[in-house]
Amino acid sequence: MDWFRIPVGDWVADGFDWVKDNLGGLLDGIDVGLETLVDGLTDALTAVPVLVLVVLFALIGWFVRSWKLGVGTLLSMLFVVAMDMWVPALQTLSLVLIATVITIVIAVPLGVLAARSHVASAILRPVLDFMQTMPAFVYLIPTVIFFSIGVVPGVVSTIIFSLPPGVRLTELGIRGVDREKVEAGQAFGATPRQILFGIQLPLASRTIMSGINQVIMLALSMAVVAGIAGADGLGKIVVSAISTLQVGEGVEAGLSVVVLAIFLDRVTSALGSSTPSRGSLLSLLRRGDRGRAVARAA
Amino acid sequence: MTTAPALRVQNLYKVFGRGAEESVRRLADGASRADIPGTAAVIDASFEVQPGEIFVVMGLSGSGKSTLIRMLNGLLDATSGHVHVGDAELTGAAPAKLREIRRERVSMVFQHFALLPHRTVLDNVAYGLELRGTPVAERTRRAGEVIELVGLAEWRDALPSELSGGMQQRVGIARALAADTDILLMDEAFSALDPLIRREMQDQLLELQATLGKTIVFITHDLNEAMHLGDRIAVMRDGRIVQIGTPEDILTDPANDYVEQFVQDVDRARVLTAGNVMERARVVVSSSAGPRTALKTMRDERASAVYVTSRDRRLVGIVRDRDAVRLVQRGESSLEGVIRPAPHAVAADSPLIDLFVPAVESEVPLAVTDAEERLVGVIPRVTLLAALGPGTTATGELTIPVPPTVIDEVLATSEARATFVDEQDPKTEEAR
Repeated sequence: MDWFRIPVGDWVADGFDWVKDNLGGLLDGIDVGLETLVDGLTDALTAVPVLVLVVLFALIGWFVRSWKLGVGTLLSMLFVVAMDMWVPALQTLSLVLIATVITIVIAVPLGVLAARSHVASAILRPVLDFMQTMPAFVYLIPTVIFFSIGVVPGVVSTIIFSLPPGVRLTELGIRGVDREKVEAGQAFGATPRQILFGIQLPLASRTIMSGINQVIMLALSMAVVAGIAGADGLGKIVVSAISTLQVGEGVEAGLSVVVLAIFLDRVTSALGSSTPSRGSLLSLLRRGDRGRAVARAA
Repeated sequence: MTTAPALRVQNLYKVFGRGAEESVRRLADGASRADIPGTAAVIDASFEVQPGEIFVVMGLSGSGKSTLIRMLNGLLDATSGHVHVGDAELTGAAPAKLREIRRERVSMVFQHFALLPHRTVLDNVAYGLELRGTPVAERTRRAGEVIELVGLAEWRDALPSELSGGMQQRVGIARALAADTDILLMDEAFSALDPLIRREMQDQLLELQATLGKTIVFITHDLNEAMHLGDRIAVMRDGRIVQIGTPEDILTDPANDYVEQFVQDVDRARVLTAGNVMERARVVVSSSAGPRTALKTMRDERASAVYVTSRDRRLVGIVRDRDAVRLVQRGESSLEGVIRPAPHAVAADSPLIDLFVPAVESEVPLAVTDAEERLVGVIPRVTLLAALGPGTTATGELTIPVPPTVIDEVLATSEARATFVDEQDPKTEEAR
C-alpha cells in the first residue's frame, strides 16, 4: 500500500517550515512577550516571603468561600513548602495563570461570536473538537519548533489545549440567557453592544465562570505536560523523575500539583456561583453593606 | 375620534420559514393557512389604536398574538404590511431609527417580567432612561417616583429575586412607565400571576391608566381579563383577527361561532354593566300626577309599583299599587303621602355582579340612575338573569302585579272596599 500513502505529515511539516521562515518576527515577538510575562510573574511571586504568600492564598480562600477553605489552603500550601516544592509550584502557577488569562481573552470573544452567528458556531465546533481530542503532547512538537525549548511552548500548547471549554461554555452561557430578557433590552432600545455587556454577559457569567474553571483545570494538567518542553516548574520535576526513575521526587511534585489544582478549582468555582457562598468573607461584607442600606432606608 | 391614532397597523403579515413573500401573496389571494409551506403566524392584521385606549388582543396560544405584539415594536420584522407609531413608520426602519422609536415611544411589559436579576429594583426601573442617556440624578429621581406610584418604595434597593411575582411585575410595569413612552405593549403581562394577584394587578393597571392615560396594547388569552381591561378587543384565531369591538359588542354580538364559543365561558356578570342591560323605564309617573294616573300606569304595564320622578326626571321614589289603591279609594288626588324612598338605585356603569343583592332586596325592577340621579332605566330581575346567559336578552317582568280586572274594578267604583288577590295566590298564575 506504499503507493497509497498520503503524506499529511510532510505537508504539515512544510507548512510549519513556511510559517517559521515567513512569520519569524511575529513568533519571536510572542516568544519574548510570553517569556517575560511568565518569568515576571514567577519573580514577583517568589520575591514575596513564603509565609506571607501562603497566608495570602489562605485569605483568598476565606474571602471567596469559607474559613474552612482558608485553613485547608494554609495547611496544604505549608505542606508544599515542607516538601521543598514551593518554587516549582509557583513557576507552574505562573504558567497556568498567564496561559489562563490569555485563553480567556481569546475564548470569551470567540464564544460571543459563536453565540451570535450560527455560521461562526458551525465553523468553530469541529475546530474545537479537533483541538480537544488531539493528544496534548502533539502540540508540543510544533510549539517547540516555533519557540524552541523553554516555558513559551508550554504556555502556547496550554492555551491551545485549554481553549475549547472556554469558548464552548461562553457560547452556551450566552445562548442560555432567557430570550425575554434579551428582548427586554431590545424593547427599551438597547444597542447590541449594550445588550451584550449589560444583559448577556452578566447573566451568562455563571456558565462562563464554570468554563474558566475548566480552562484552569486543563491548563494545570497541560502545564505538567509542558515540563517535557522544558518549562520550569512541577512538570519538569515530574519529567526528570520519570527519566531517572525517582519515585519519591515524582510523588512530591505530583502531590504539589494536586494541592494547586484543588485550590484553584475551589476558588474559581466559588467565584462562579451566582451568590457568594455563605460564610465567605465576601458575603459577610455584602450582608453588612445591605444591612446598612436597609437601616438607612428605615 | 378625530385625533390621529397612536398606533396604526395595516395588512400586517408574518410568515416564518422559506418563501415567506410568496406565501403572503397566496394568503392575500385567499389561500388558507394549511396551503402554504411556511408557518403563517399573523395574517392580514389591520387595526388602529387611539391615544389613551386600552386595546386588548385576545386569542389562544398559537393564535399569533405574541407575534403580532412583537411586530408592534420591531422585535420581529413584518413579512409584509405596515406599522405606524404616531407619524413614524416602524416597518422597514433602519436599526438606529428603530431603537430611537423604542426608546422614545414604545415600551413593553413581559409575561415573565424579564427583569435584570443583577440590578436592583431602582436600576431596573431606570433602565429605559439609562439607555436614553438621562443623567444619573434625573433618572434616579424619576425612577423613584414611578416606584412610588406602583407602591414599591421600600423595595427600591432590593434585587428582583427578593420580590414576589406580583411585585416583580409591578417593577416590570414601573420600568415601562419610567421610560415615559406614549405606548405600552403588555405581552400576557399578568398571565404568570396567581388569580387573586392578577385581579389586583388588573385593577391597579386601570387605576394607573385613569391617571396616566397611556395607549396600551394588551395581549392575553384570558377572556375575562380582556373584557375587564379592554376598551376594545381584537379576537385572534389562527393568525387572523376575527372580530374587533368593545367588550359588549363581542359578548352580545359575536362575529362568528368561534367568538361565540369563546365568550360562552366569560364571566358576563363582571363585563356587562347596568347600562348594557337596562330597559326603558315605562312604569314612571311624574310626582305631580295623581294616584289614578299611577294606578293606570301600573295596570297598563302590569307592575306592582311605579317610580315617581320630579319634573327634571330625578328619581323621587316609588309608589306601591296597594298604597295607590288606598289613595284612590279615599279619593285623594296627590301621591305625596305614599311615596317611599326608591330602594337601591344603581349607577349605569356598575357591573352586573354588583346588582344581585340590590335586585334581591328591591321589590320593583332596579332603578338605574345617572350622575345627576336622573332615572335612565330599570333592570327587572329577569333581565338580570337573562343577561348572564348567552343568546337572547328578551325578558318580561316576573313580579306579579295586581290583576287588571281588580284594578279596573277599583277604578270604576272608587269604593272603600276592594278585594285583593295575594301575590302568592295560585289563581293569579292562572289569571295570567
